[in-house]
Amino acid sequence: MDSVAQRLSAVGAGAALELRGVTRLFGALAALTDVTITVRPGERRAVLGSNGAGKTTLFNCITGDFPPSSGTIRFFGEDVTHFPPYERIRRGLRRTYQISALFPGLTVQDNVYLACRGVSRGRFSFLRPGQNDALMHAADNLVQAVHLTSVKDQHVAELAHGQQRQLEIALALAGAPRFVLFDEPAAGLSPTERTELIEILTSLPAHIGYIIIEHDMDVALRVVESVTMMHNGRIFKEGLPQEIQSDPEVQELYLGGSHE
Amino acid sequence: MSLAHDARVAVHPAGVAQRSARGWPEINNPAAWIVAAILLIMPLIANGFFLIEIFATTLILGTMALSLMFLAGYGGMVSLMQLTIAGFSAYMVAVFGVSGNANISLGWPWWLAVPMALALATIFGTLGGALAVRTEGIYTIMITLAIGAAFYYFTNQNWAIFNGHTGINTVATPHFWGVNWRADIPFYYIVLAVAALCYFAVEYVSRAPFGLALQGVRDNPRRMAALGFNVNAHRVAAYAFASFVAALAGVLQVWNYRQISPGSVSVGACIDILIIAVVGGITRPIGPFIGALIFVLLRTFAIDFLVKLGLDGNRFRLLIGLGFLAIVFWSSDGVIGLWQSWWRRQRSGAARSSGRHGRGSGQGSGQASGQGSGHG
Repeated sequence: MDSVAQRLSAVGAGAALELRGVTRLFGALAALTDVTITVRPGERRAVLGSNGAGKTTLFNCITGDFPPSSGTIRFFGEDVTHFPPYERIRRGLRRTYQISALFPGLTVQDNVYLACRGVSRGRFSFLRPGQNDALMHAADNLVQAVHLTSVKDQHVAELAHGQQRQLEIALALAGAPRFVLFDEPAAGLSPTERTELIEILTSLPAHIGYIIIEHDMDVALRVVESVTMMHNGRIFKEGLPQEIQSDPEVQELYLGGSHE
Repeated sequence: MSLAHDARVAVHPAGVAQRSARGWPEINNPAAWIVAAILLIMPLIANGFFLIEIFATTLILGTMALSLMFLAGYGGMVSLMQLTIAGFSAYMVAVFGVSGNANISLGWPWWLAVPMALALATIFGTLGGALAVRTEGIYTIMITLAIGAAFYYFTNQNWAIFNGHTGINTVATPHFWGVNWRADIPFYYIVLAVAALCYFAVEYVSRAPFGLALQGVRDNPRRMAALGFNVNAHRVAAYAFASFVAALAGVLQVWNYRQISPGSVSVGACIDILIIAVVGGITRPIGPFIGALIFVLLRTFAIDFLVKLGLDGNRFRLLIGLGFLAIVFWSSDGVIGLWQSWWRRQRSGAARSSGRHGRGSGQGSGQASGQGSGHG
């Protein structure tokens, strides 16, 4: 099969992300079966599929939150299959969570500052950041970029849902990300907030590739150049957005299926 | 809008000012200055009994509980072995230093014995922490309690180093520059200096990258790993820091009583530290000291009070237990939490009667002044 991944990886020099035969078992249940995906640097891809298709498990395998039961994962050529999550993150991988995973007891500013600190040196520093601290400024810029400057000294627990989703994205963009996994970033957002989200995604520097899990096809297909369909823990189909949208099997399975 | 270059914002000056004020809330708080002044001139006010039996003891117990507050309040790790680490440090001062048990004590001068005790107790606590961080929640409590209980029974049965149930007595205290540093007034100032140092160190670190990351670990360890942090290494480092604080308190304790025996490291005493921290409040470093003052006052005076009522004086723990129940029932944040919610109500009540500021402003200023250390 002449998949998009194969076509694209033939063109690009090295893959940003390369999964070979990744399987993840939970007891007897196979959440992922023999998943092979290649994503080139800077590529933007959507992963679609109904609930339980294995999309989030795929993310958890890539980041190492749950290591795969078998198979290999390479990140920019390096075999990271057995790396702990933090080692993968320090190499430029980032992710967001479907259900916001923030630090409710800290302020917005401190949340973003931690994200900046996590991918730089001095994680164990006992010295408080000064007024001209470079990471504090980096955090300020990120807070500004996701439109949260007006609430940056508030505790995260006090934020509205949409603001928490924006913060969730800011945390994933700290430092120098090379590849980002967005897990349903538009979940629960208002139409205005969705527009802002699309703006943030499309304005990311071109070298930052990402995979986005998104049920809202309007969002997903506007911000990606390729699509992977998953079903029952397997790759079901790969292609360009318009190919996938017009594919009768996909419509039967996913678009039609969701209205059953 | 582009993330890469657009967002070059000048930091809002008010934001900077607020941030630094939140870092050291005491600076803007007149009550803190009054308390500091009273503590400094205490020897002019209080007699020897109050100075040592009440205030020095409060500061020592408070420092031990402070090490628990650091782990529990910022790290979400409830360790019941903080007193055990302090006790280990106290034993090491006695073992390496000079005591009445010449067959055991090595007779090192205090300036060698104390660093040795601090180092060994910190290693001991760090190793215990390395075991405990493999668990979460109630299992952390169980493991640290098991370490505390094991140490208690070990000291009871080991005669070669710990001198069994009699413990080590007549431990020497420092004399130099012609001063007996265990005399009431010099010793009070040593204790006050160490307690203040630990208090400000904990508060300072809470806003430093290490402390912020620890609060991140408390709130969401999985996300911390997804931000590039090695969560377990952070937790073990937190145990190391807390162990050092507890070890300092242990040195003061053995100098205070001039002896150390298994009774001082019993399981009951371990739990007293937890009660002190919870009664005072574990979200801010001042909490453990408030808790310790309540504990010491009750322990000292409840006996007379109970005897007057015709009850057995040894039942003072009943009062402490009732107080503990009442506080955890009405406030998850100890005495501090009670005081703060009362103060906030006063504020919002005053604001409402003046008719302008809503509840939001009262709440906001309550946080600005009270919440220096990233409360959860």
